This record gives sequence, structure tokens and C-alpha cells, in this order.
Amino acid sequence: MTAPTASPRSNVKVNKLGLEKAIYKGLDSTLCNGCGHDSISARIIDACFDLSIKSERVAKFSGIGCSSKSPAYFLNRSHGFNALHGRMPAVATGALIANKDLVGIGVSGDGDTGSIGMGQFKHFVRRNVPMVYIIENNGVYGLTKGQFSATADVGQELKYVGRNEFPPIDLCLEALVADCGFVARSFAGDPKQVSTLLKAALSYKGTAILDIISPCVTFNDKDDSTKSYAWGKSHNERIVDATFIPYYEEITVDYAEGEAKEVELHDGSKIVLKKLDRSHDPTDRMAAIRLIEEAKEKQQFVTGLIYVNEKRMDLREHENLPDTPLALLPESKTRPSKESLLKLMEGMK
Amino acid sequence: MTILETQASTAASAGEPIVNDFSITIATKNGSGSQTANATILRALFKMGIPVSGKNLFPSNIQGLPTWYTIRASREGFTARRVRAEILVAMNKVTVIEDVQKLESGGMCVYSDSLGYTPQREDVIFYKIPAGKLANESGLDGKLKSYAENMAYVGVLSYLLGIELDEIKSALNWHFKGKTKAIEPNVKTIAAAIEWAKENLTKTDPFRVERMEDTKDLIMIDGNTAAALGAVYGGVTFVAWYPITPATSLADALNVYLPQLRVDAETKKPTYSVIQAEDELAALGMVIGAGWAGARSMTSTSGPGISLMSEFVGLGYFAEVPAVVWDIQRMGPSTGLPTRVSQGDVLGTYFLGHGDSKHVILLPGSVKECFEFGWRAFDLAERLQTPVFVLSDLDIGMNQWMSEPFDYPEGQMDRGKVLTAEDLNRLEGKWARYRDVDGDGIGYRTLPGTDHPVAAYFTRGTGHTELATYSERPDHWEQNMERLTRKFETARKWVPVPVEDRVEGAEIGFIGYGSTDPAIVEARVRLEKKGLQTSYLRLRALPLSESVESFIRTHDRVYVVELNTDAQMTQLVRLDAPELASKVFPLNHNDGLPLTARWIVEALEQMEA
Repeated sequence: MTAPTASPRSNVKVNKLGLEKAIYKGLDSTLCNGCGHDSISARIIDACFDLSIKSERVAKFSGIGCSSKSPAYFLNRSHGFNALHGRMPAVATGALIANKDLVGIGVSGDGDTGSIGMGQFKHFVRRNVPMVYIIENNGVYGLTKGQFSATADVGQELKYVGRNEFPPIDLCLEALVADCGFVARSFAGDPKQVSTLLKAALSYKGTAILDIISPCVTFNDKDDSTKSYAWGKSHNERIVDATFIPYYEEITVDYAEGEAKEVELHDGSKIVLKKLDRSHDPTDRMAAIRLIEEAKEKQQFVTGLIYVNEKRMDLREHENLPDTPLALLPESKTRPSKESLLKLMEGMK
Repeated sequence: MTILETQASTAASAGEPIVNDFSITIATKNGSGSQTANATILRALFKMGIPVSGKNLFPSNIQGLPTWYTIRASREGFTARRVRAEILVAMNKVTVIEDVQKLESGGMCVYSDSLGYTPQREDVIFYKIPAGKLANESGLDGKLKSYAENMAYVGVLSYLLGIELDEIKSALNWHFKGKTKAIEPNVKTIAAAIEWAKENLTKTDPFRVERMEDTKDLIMIDGNTAAALGAVYGGVTFVAWYPITPATSLADALNVYLPQLRVDAETKKPTYSVIQAEDELAALGMVIGAGWAGARSMTSTSGPGISLMSEFVGLGYFAEVPAVVWDIQRMGPSTGLPTRVSQGDVLGTYFLGHGDSKHVILLPGSVKECFEFGWRAFDLAERLQTPVFVLSDLDIGMNQWMSEPFDYPEGQMDRGKVLTAEDLNRLEGKWARYRDVDGDGIGYRTLPGTDHPVAAYFTRGTGHTELATYSERPDHWEQNMERLTRKFETARKWVPVPVEDRVEGAEIGFIGYGSTDPAIVEARVRLEKKGLQTSYLRLRALPLSESVESFIRTHDRVYVVELNTDAQMTQLVRLDAPELASKVFPLNHNDGLPLTARWIVEALEQMEA
């Protein structure tokens, strides 16, 4: 563990921290060539670079699976915890409460979140733990060579396991009914949208769920799967085009009055949502639920910011945490005085 | 209770008084509000300077099933359970016949007239009391009045045994934290019961209490509260837990004492966070996450929770993350008998996980050690960078024990090997998370958020190099496991050593741990009176201290006393000292009840015969 050279070259673009994008990179990926997960990792690198987030403040979390390997492939300067299958939410909850100054980025998969980790996922959302929770969703278990996950389509067929007979679980819908305040869906093959949504999610103060359809090039890229590239390209219906405005930058967005919805995020930055061909109001939870259900009927997946609500208290606020992170409190703050013990003992005589 | 053993009569005729040496069983129904009355008797005796212990034998039920409270008064200071009581307070119609049958010959029974019971034993003295009528004096009605009926037996016992009314009042005052509105009606009922007893009862039994000086500087507390206080003074900053009997009261106590003791004076903000998780699996997951981030984090659970936690324990052991796990053992396997005591989690917890893993376990033998291990466990977990278990049990955890006041933690907290950004600068950025720099098997760690370009490392349950990078190389795997084994040997040196009483010339030695201590202490006195000298080694931690081997060597026969069916500690002792295994014998019992000295003496005599 030796430090890479920090001095930026004069011809290379640096961010507000004076850092090159290379600083935000991770190790080389060991995933399959063309895996959607790698493009998501690249977008995380872009977003953190663009927002000038200091990697040292970031904590990366994951469970088990192909998706969960990916935190090793971005932000080398961030601590990472590759936990247990489906248990990322618990580990992240503890770590982010122990140190409230950490910026949490979690990467999970559809098996990790939708099956083995469904309970923890729902409770994480319910507690509104501040973290960007990315689900790299491909409807299949890759590392164990191609079993259906709980998000696989009904009637879909896979080479080794045959036909899936059960209806899929929609993780955005699950997040919505658990009162998640930031629910978005995107497609790994749409870098612009993924970047925009990631930046918005990073500026949101509670749990931000980002379900990214990320086709498995090896086990689930058959054209009839809704988690394939071909399907994604032809059935991706963008509901809202989100333009993210970081707090340090004034951007005038070209939009007509009445057609845009502006949402202020906790750090003062704003997200402007441009309605395209549908008139979806992303602050209307019931409309968001309806939108997903209707899209499912039509075998479409809507992408964009499905729901946003800044009003819910996050877990850090709920716990009324002190300014110094719990993990860093000195002994003088965490060991009561000898006199207090003597007094207690006196009361028990 | 299915005690079929008989106990030699200690009761004598009415002519010779029996002073401060008897057990009282109070038989009531769960949820009938008898706890206050029972605690009042216990504390009043304690306040009179008489050594006492109080045990609740309760069913897994909210309301209606039979429950028993036993109070032992012992002028010799013994606190273990006794097989039979001399005094019975019968308030439950369903169990009264069996309860009376179990009473010691020569004993006495106070029973409520509402039971419709007709005394059936010639060798027991009976007192019938109009509990319902006496409760009218409380001025309460409805459910509260039925609670007050319990105070009627407090008053009658006060008269019959000579429990001082002032101490009863002081006990009630303590219990209700000085709230007159709650104290008054109870005192009225007790006073009415005393008056009634004076006029209507003729005392013919030999039992009475007399003031002593033996509890003057002692406190009375349950082990779970002691454990919680230990954690509070140990600087716990993160707790995640899931409700489970008999561990719930530990988390409850944290929720009582943390707000009292750990709110920052300047900012008025809590210096802790307590989260009720969705299950034990998530509870330990959160604790591991918080420990990784640098918080002193803990959870408390019991057997079924421990098994759910095994996945995270395996990860915590291998990824080397500090955490403290309290297991308040109950009778298993499965749901077992959730309100009964056992020491059945020893083997399972020691090897908990998957693949190769073995764990540091602390074994408190008293409420005082619950407090001490409450804070010490954090030092050990952070120094050793591993999950540390504390195996208490229902008897220590939920029952009332006398104790010397707890000692304030000695020295500074030891947060283990943590590198800060300044340390990394000093090291010119050269460090490796899993490198054994000091030869003790323990690497240096950094905390997430450390502001240095090379502070970060990737924590994983997969095979890894010294630099924490992924590796499937055979030599990397073996080196890592060898280092973990070295670390475990370091732990052996750091954990609390056994408490030993080696008696010169004794052929027999006892090894015990946890809640069996009071029974072993008493059994040794009884055996000595019979002319049999014994030594005693009380384990306080796993891995086993090297002194265990020398203890076995210096005795002909060593008996391991424990509350489980599989003689679990016996197996561990034999495993650690295979060449001495033939000198080590199990003395194990497992019926869900706290151990008695009588059982130990009889079982030992059988083994020795």
C-alpha cells in the first residue's frame, strides 16, 4: 500500500479537489468482457470525480455475487467491505452510524437484494440509512452459472435451468412501498442517464435506490429477456429526464415553465426533472407505484427518477448523532466518571 | 419443577428456632403482579443484613401459567439454589397440591383461602390467610386490588418470620423509586395483614430472621443489568440487538442506563446508538459494520440468536473485525426451554462459523464479573481484532444476586492497533493490513474515513494477501491461517486467568465456570465437613489457560461441573490436554434449573464410589 503520485499533469483535467480522474479508479475488473456492471463502475468514477467527492470519505459496501465484486473496481482510495450474501444492508447500517461522515456507496445485485437479502433491503430502506444503494440487476445468478433470480421474467428461458414460472419482484416497487425517498431506475447502456441519477443519488440524504438493468452478457442476454441489451434498447421508456445541478455550479436549464419540476436536495443542490413524453410527477408516490405497475403490464421498464421525497428523517438524524463520529469519540466522552459509578452502586445497596 | 429427590430434613421441632437459614418458595401465576411482593421480601431481608439470593422460575408465557420465586436466606452466605424449600407461600390453586408435596418435612405453608385447599401433610405447619379480604385494605380495586393480594403474604411472612416493617417499607420505597402513590396502598395491605396475623395466627413453626451485618456494603443486582453497566463504562458506542429471552433485559438495561450516563454534557447529544434489528443476523451484521468503522459495538442474544449469527461470526473472525457478543444461555436446542438455564452453547460458540474458526469466550461467574467483562470484552475485541463472546446464562443474567460494589475500570481503554493518517505519514505510506509486524498474529488496521491516500483497504471474507487483495494462492491461504492460529495463542495469554483454590493434599479437583460457582463453593464446604478436601479452578475464559493443565496434573481426579448434557467443557479440557484426558471426568447436569450443592455432593459421591 504505497501512495500513487498525487501531482496532476498540466494537460489533464482535474476536479475541484485538484485531483485527476485516475485517482478515482479501482483495480482492473475481473468480470466478463462487456459486462454492464463495469460500465456502472465507470459511471461511479465519473460521478465522484465530477462532484469532487474525496475518495477517503467514501465507504464502499457490497454483498456477494458478480455485482458485489465491483466495489474493488472503483475508488481505490476508499475503504471497502465485501460482506455476506444479502447482508450488505446490515454492515452498511452499522458502519454509517458508527461514522456519520462517511459517504456510503453500496453495490448489490438482484439475487443479493431480491432474494437472500430482501428482508435486510426492506429494513434498510425503512430505516432510511443514508447510502446510495445500487442494484446491478440482470435477472440471473452469474457466479453460480446461470440460475434465475427473483427479478427474472415469467416465462423466460435459460439454457441450464429451463423456464421461469414465477412472477418477478420489482425492486423499485419494493422500495416504494417501504417508503423509500429516492427511487430511480436506469439501464447500464445509458451512461448519460446513469451518471445523472448517480449524482442526484449522491446528493440525496437518505437511502437512494438505483435499480440499474445491467444485462449479463454470459447467462442472460437473450433478446426476449427484459434484462438484455436488445430489450433495453428497444423498450426503455424514459419517464423523466433529470438534469443534476451540483451546489457549486449555476446551470441554467433550457426548459419551459410548467414543464419542469425542481427538487432541492439536502446539500443545497437541485435536481431538475424534465418531463418528456409522459407526465409523471416524481413527488407523487401513488403515481410512481402506478407507473411501475402499468409498465410491467406492457413489459416495459421505465427509467429515470421514479420517486423523490426529501421529507423523511434519515437514520443519522433519527439517532441524533453527535458531531464527532461515534467511532472517533475520545474516552473522555464514552467512559462515565468514577463518581457516577459510586453513586450508582450506592443506589443498589 | 419435577424434583423427585428428597432432601435430608434441616427443619427441627418448634422448640429450636431456625434462624436465617431457609428457603422460601412463592408459588403464583404468571402476570399476577407477584414480582413486586417477592422483590420486596428479598430486599427487606437483604436490608436486614442477611445474605440472600432470589431466583425466578418462570414459564415461557405472558399470563396465567404457574411461576415460582425462591428466596434463600443463608447466614453462612450461600447463594445457590436448594432442592427443597422449608417455607411455601401457596397462591396458585393449580399447583398447590404438588407445591405442598415438595415442601421440606417440618416446613411451613402460608396459603390463600381462595385456593379452597385442605391441608394434607401432618409434618407441615399450615397458615390459611384471607388474602383477598386483606387486599381490600389497600383501597385499590380491579386488577390493582388483585396485585395487592400479594402484599397480604408479605405482611403475614413479616409477622411470622420477624421481617422488620421498616425494611419492608424501605424496600418498597426503593422499588417504586419513592412514589408515595404506589407505596401507600401496598403498605396499608401489609400493615393490615400484620394486624390480622397477630390476632388470628399462633406461630408454631421454628423459622425466623434476625438482623445481621453481612450485607452492609453489598449491592443487589441481576447479571444482565451488570453486563449493560459494564458496557456503558466500557465505552460502547453502538448496539444492535433483537429481542430474545433471557437476553432482552440486557438491552433493556442499556436503554435505561445509556440515556442516564452517556449524554454529552456540552452538546446534549447521545454518545451512542442503539438499534433494534430485524433479526439476530442483521444485529450482528450491524455490529460488525460498526466495529469495522471503529465503534465499540456489541449485541446480546441467546442460543437461537447465536446460531443465526454464525455466518457473520465466520466473516468477523476471518476479516478480523472487533465485536462483542453476549450470549445469555438458555436451555436448547431450538426453542428448547427459553426460560430455563443451561450452559449448552459452549462448544457451539467456541467453534462457531464455517471453515476453521475458534473464538475467544469470556465466562463470567458472578454479577461482578458481568460488569468487569462488560468493559474488558471491548479491550480484548479491539486488541485482538475479532468477535469476542461473553457466555453468561439465565441464572446469572436474570436473577438477583448480592455483590461487592463494582470496581471502576482500571487504566485507559485499549483501542488496539489502529493507524491514523499521521501514523501512515510516519510510515511513509508503507503498511499492510494483514501483516504480522509484531509477531503476535495481529495486523494493523485503519478506519474508514482516514484522510490519507493509502489508508484504504478492502475487507472481504474471501482469501486475501497481507495487503488485503484477493488471492486464491495456496501459500497465501496457509500463511493467513497460520497467522490466525498465532493470534489465538496471543489471545490465550491475554484473556482473564482462572481463579484457583488449590488445596494442599487434595486428590480431587473441581473445574467449573459461570453460574455453577455458588453451588460448587457450597458443595466444597459440605464435602469438607464430611472430611473430603477438594481443590477448585474456576475458568473465566476460552481459550483455556495453561494453568488448567498443571491443575489436572496436580490432582488425581478432576471433575468438570457444568449445566449441559454433552459435557461440553469436559470435552474442551480433554481436547486441550489429551494426555491427561483419563483424569478428567464430567459432572454435568441439565434439567433447566440452577445447580444445587446437594446435586454436586451426591453426584461426586456416586462417581467416587
